[in-house]
Amino acid sequence: MSMITIITWLIALLLLTPLIGGLISGVDRILTARMQARVGPPVLQPFYDVLKLCGKQKLVVNRFHNDFVLSGLVFTIASVGLFFAGQDLLLAIFVLILGNVFVVLAAYVSNSPYSLIGAERELLQMLAAEPMILLSAVGLYMVTGTFNIAKINASPVCAFLYLPGVFLGLTYILTIKLRKSPFDLSTSHHAHQELVKGLSTEFSGPSLAWFEIIHWYETIFCLALIYLFFANMPWLSILVLILVYFAEIVIDNINARIKWELMLGSAWVVTLVLGVGNLLILALVK
Amino acid sequence: MSSIKKSPWIIHYDGSSCNGCDIEVLACLMPRFDVERFGVINTGNPKHADILLITGSVNEQNKSVIKTTYEQMGEPKVVVAIGACACTGHFFAECYNTLGGIDKVIPVDVFCPGCSARPEAIIDAVVKGIAVLDEKRKKFKQSR
Repeated sequence: MSMITIITWLIALLLLTPLIGGLISGVDRILTARMQARVGPPVLQPFYDVLKLCGKQKLVVNRFHNDFVLSGLVFTIASVGLFFAGQDLLLAIFVLILGNVFVVLAAYVSNSPYSLIGAERELLQMLAAEPMILLSAVGLYMVTGTFNIAKINASPVCAFLYLPGVFLGLTYILTIKLRKSPFDLSTSHHAHQELVKGLSTEFSGPSLAWFEIIHWYETIFCLALIYLFFANMPWLSILVLILVYFAEIVIDNINARIKWELMLGSAWVVTLVLGVGNLLILALVK
Repeated sequence: MSSIKKSPWIIHYDGSSCNGCDIEVLACLMPRFDVERFGVINTGNPKHADILLITGSVNEQNKSVIKTTYEQMGEPKVVVAIGACACTGHFFAECYNTLGGIDKVIPVDVFCPGCSARPEAIIDAVVKGIAVLDEKRKKFKQSR
């Protein structure tokens, strides 16, 4: 890689990605407000929130808390970076999971009951979502013959045509990864939940700002993963991304939070039927 | 223009209110007034909030709760007393089981009188609170 490529890649990763992630979050909040017959905040509201949080006092109850959140941020950025650099898909997914685990640890060290339950539920959410994400990587490998993201992206075949089940399963899991109702068990964008703020209860000031930025990167990662299913047709792919995200907002607004048993059970049934089923059929046909 | 003016997150605490003011506070968040237009979010978590809205007067039972909630909030922070009871104790002020207004326990920055305070008045009080918040932010920045 030449110097210029690396510099453009770094700018895209450290400036453009949070910018797009924040804008998506802002549009999300406006659309949500409109669906509730409200006007909603300005589109740049997530950036105002994060800037404000950076200027607030640090109220940390455990001296390792900040380090854990920061590690979570670094690994999440690294996973998106690996993705955009066209590296190994499995590695990118595992680094993202590692980032998630650090956030869970940050919630665990605080010893607040709300935070502990939030952390436990976040682990359950990961347990529900990660198998499907890994299966989608396996599916992309079976279609394109490689785990290398650059090669998957350059592949002339439309992976969706071979993996409709995996794609549907992934959109189901996306509700968990984007922290939307009915699967916003560990923490939520909205106030007045039974857990106060669950996972992020003890995050305050700068560490809450980092948590928001982690979420922007996660959103971009999930959308980028969906993009790979239509990688040979970029315009169609972007249209699909917009449709999927809009569907997520609608689902968020028409559902209440469910119990964790139902989340885990339904996610695994979907993974087994749509994910594994699709891959079995593909293995038999191909 | 500082970002704290555009993103004041509130936490609402009901002292011993008759719920009149509480309902008006919640009305501000509903579609008719929709304070999220100005970036206001009802957080329900003192560690995330910038503005503490208190309705109702203080008594021996909730004195410690109000103090704890106030202490858990990170600097810069502002307290807004909503309604006559929170401002002075109103007609409960002389009662044996009431201590009076919120300012008996924690420093209050903005008083919003009324029984009950109208949503317009509450929004006005929060806007005044935002101005105080910005001043406190400057002081906090210097002290660091």
